[in-house]
Amino acid sequence: MSVQTPRVHRAARRRQAVYWLYLLPGVIALTAVIIVPFGLNVFYSLHRWKGGLSPMHWYGFGNYTDLLHDAAFWSSFRNSVWMIVAMVIVPTLIGLILAAVLFDYIGKNVGNRTASFLRATYYLPQIMPVAVAGIVWNWIFNAETGSLNAMLHSIGVAHPPNWLGSPSTALPAVMLVLVWIQIGYPTVIFMSALQRVDPELYEAAELDGAGWFRRFRAITIPQIKPETFVITLTCTIAALKVFAPIYVLTRGGPELSTLVPSYYSFLNFFDKSKVGYGAAVATVLTLVIVVVAAVIQLLQNRSARRDEEGVR
Amino acid sequence: MTTLAQAPTEVAAPVKATRTGDRHHRGALRWVVLVGCAVIAVLMLAPFVLMLINAFKSPADYSTHGPLSLPTNLYFTGLTKFWTTVDFPVKLWNSIWTSAAVSVLGTGLSLLTAYAIGVGRVRGRAWLVAVFLLANMLPQEVLLYPLYTMAQKVGLNNSGWSIVIIFTVIQSAFGTYLLASVLGTFPKALLEAAALDGANSWRVLWRVVFPIVRPTLAVLMIFFFIWTWNEFFIPLVMLTTPASQTVPIALSSLQGDRLLDVPTLNAGALVSLLPTLLFFLFFQRTLTRGVTAGAVK
Repeated sequence: MSVQTPRVHRAARRRQAVYWLYLLPGVIALTAVIIVPFGLNVFYSLHRWKGGLSPMHWYGFGNYTDLLHDAAFWSSFRNSVWMIVAMVIVPTLIGLILAAVLFDYIGKNVGNRTASFLRATYYLPQIMPVAVAGIVWNWIFNAETGSLNAMLHSIGVAHPPNWLGSPSTALPAVMLVLVWIQIGYPTVIFMSALQRVDPELYEAAELDGAGWFRRFRAITIPQIKPETFVITLTCTIAALKVFAPIYVLTRGGPELSTLVPSYYSFLNFFDKSKVGYGAAVATVLTLVIVVVAAVIQLLQNRSARRDEEGVR
Repeated sequence: MTTLAQAPTEVAAPVKATRTGDRHHRGALRWVVLVGCAVIAVLMLAPFVLMLINAFKSPADYSTHGPLSLPTNLYFTGLTKFWTTVDFPVKLWNSIWTSAAVSVLGTGLSLLTAYAIGVGRVRGRAWLVAVFLLANMLPQEVLLYPLYTMAQKVGLNNSGWSIVIIFTVIQSAFGTYLLASVLGTFPKALLEAAALDGANSWRVLWRVVFPIVRPTLAVLMIFFFIWTWNEFFIPLVMLTTPASQTVPIALSSLQGDRLLDVPTLNAGALVSLLPTLLFFLFFQRTLTRGVTAGAVK
């Protein structure tokens, strides 16, 4: 760069300036649909407002301090931790095992067609509209007419629980549905990650007498680390944002046992007409998501750096 | 799951086994692992199967034989009842045109922005990418109420266009992030050759860049289509009149209906799932490629 004459430099700058035109539509759209609404939401969160045409009253950080004393708010974030268990931890572990078995075992010993058929089966719930999944699972869990309790009756359980209707079973039932929805995503990603791994690594390990589990631990897990981070990041964000499954399955109930932050903010917007309060919940949720995403990204960068140093 | 837990220990134990012995061992294990995977596949499919066998039962059949038996005879009234009560063709059309519009517009917008960032290397591109990524990460709740009031002000509430505009921007934020990293590694030689031939940036975009990234764009379009089709939260709030609603919203609005019988509900779920299912079967390969493209960055 330093060798370039100012003239060339200016010409390059001018060439570059053209590209701002290409940026224009995207930036305008982003401003109108995301940046301005985001700003307005923060503005709303500083007010007491019933929404619509009713007057807005300045409340400062009042909504936020109110949140600190709101048991429902805290329990919604406690449930977020369970959502992370159901949407990140359990599916990633199961997906890792399924991908390794499909790729390393079924693919090699039974056939690639069987492996990709099974992969498609596991992925199916991922593409179905959550509303459909919710309707069907809601009925499966139904205490009187649902198929789960019909099944339990037929094997002799006299009083099966009212799955989504009682506070002690609703959260595990919702988590089960979420695990079912999520499994396909890590499985598909891990399977393609495994394709990237050099087969010679495995052959060398096999010659050294390493069994399946040793190879899995020493080769597979370190090699697919980048994908593991991507899955953790995207699924954690999805888990913190989860709304539709809660809406169709339980609407946060019974007794707030399945309440999540996004549903709580929706509830305040439209059922309780506390728009400012709902906006404050949404802002806090955004903050939590950004912090969590930044921490995961930081861990990833640090781990990548460590790996590079290790190679040297 | 038990078979999966067994697999490693059984294979790992006979480390010093002879080659033939090892292979023989695998012969039996093969079936155990396969059955294990098949059992999981059956569990994954079970809700779909239950939905299918209950969509064609009469309410009387359902109440006497329960949800687990096969239908005694095929009953299509549930299906037609759902079709007419929710005015299904209208919902289907709403879902199709909004999703198609978002997939085309969103991909186009992603391409333009990513071109400026990846090929144009505009200043501050790292920040731009971060802003687009952040925009895609935001929970929709934080945009919802302002967007709701804005749509009312410009008269786009209850219109599919509000969905098209909002999701074009939200999806293209992801598309920009993905495409910018693809275009950031675009072969320099091609661009320089085109510049020497005197092509301006617009020509370079359509004659050089576009043909090469077309497969990635196709994947993006398919994803934008499916994502928009499945969107629930913003359409639920924006589309309040039946004539404007999409398939998922129409289906969920049935849920609280006490008069509705279980077979009708299942028939509705089945019909609502069919378009997605056909789409999935048709684009299965592209979809898996796309999931991966999104992950590898």
